[in-house]
Amino acid sequence: MPVDNFENLSSMELDVLQEIGNIGVGNVTTALAQMLGIRINMKVPVVELLDIGKVPDLLGGAGNPVAGVMLAIGGDIEGMIEFIMDIASAKKIAEVMLGSSADEVNAVNVSGINDFLEIEKAALQEMGNIIAGSYLNAISKMTGLAIIPSVPELAIDMAGAILSEPMIEFGKTGDKALLIEAEFGAEELFKGYFILTPTNDSYARILNSLKL
Amino acid sequence: MSEVIRVGMAEMKICMPQDKITTLGLGSCVGAVIYDSSSRICGMVHVMLPDSRIIRNNGNKAKFADLGIEMLVKELISKGAVKSCLKAKIAGGAQMFSFKSENELLQVGKRNVEAVGKKLKELGIPIVASDVGGNYGRTITFNPDDFKLEIKVVGRKSSYI
Repeated sequence: MPVDNFENLSSMELDVLQEIGNIGVGNVTTALAQMLGIRINMKVPVVELLDIGKVPDLLGGAGNPVAGVMLAIGGDIEGMIEFIMDIASAKKIAEVMLGSSADEVNAVNVSGINDFLEIEKAALQEMGNIIAGSYLNAISKMTGLAIIPSVPELAIDMAGAILSEPMIEFGKTGDKALLIEAEFGAEELFKGYFILTPTNDSYARILNSLKL
Repeated sequence: MSEVIRVGMAEMKICMPQDKITTLGLGSCVGAVIYDSSSRICGMVHVMLPDSRIIRNNGNKAKFADLGIEMLVKELISKGAVKSCLKAKIAGGAQMFSFKSENELLQVGKRNVEAVGKKLKELGIPIVASDVGGNYGRTITFNPDDFKLEIKVVGRKSSYI
């Protein structure tokens, strides 16, 4: 049964998506802690079902610049996964990853891709890769489906634009989008959003393989 | 006092001559402005998908290039615009992530631009200016006073088409 509309998901299906979120973000935290060699804390992620038009508001409005890492997904399911965070967090995370001392002035004034060094962009891309990879791994283990992500792509631009491709995909089935809000970090917690957008048939395949 | 009317994703709005109309952060979506060059009545639709016919859940007309453009034209005419005076300016249709893959999900921007162009041609409305494609977001604001469409891109000066 294809999913006609996310508004019609049962509470049990939402619970499962929440659980996938928990395990996925747990995996992400472990992967980041291993990579950075520091302790990473996380909050329990929140699964949100929102009107498509309201999603950019979570990120400060459609015109506000944010950072997004996108991976296309192939294998048993098709679609895309995107991880989005505000630009100041992205700058700080890049600095933590690179071990450079946080340049506070820089982090406050960043407004676009030009404020990021090449090496910082590479670091964010790699972080997106690890985050999306460990998240997809969790889904793969739960469902037994083979999920193959592409090379990650980073874009730093207006929230509306960064969100447009996944929102368009959700737009094919209805007017709601499914997001997973995660918070993690070392001393300071950073907020980021996962948007997993399988095609309609692939969503049904995920739910079916969980016997729902 | 003049107002700036804000059009959200998958929305359509009409703007009377004393106001301006805007949409923020267009990525793969297309913002289409249609205006009456004599009465200055104008409107904008922020379309997300090219074709409503292949989508089952197509209640929101403004989401689709084909239905959205049609609805905007109808609405303009009902507000007093004259069809033969209508002109269009369009922007957006970017591909935000530069995947080389054939993943058609990520090439929807180009298809949106084509679909908007096709519908406007069908209705006999000329596209007098456009700024489409690329890999960056756009915020656009139309001023019916001088018929200029302002295009803002992160890290650049505004341009006008």
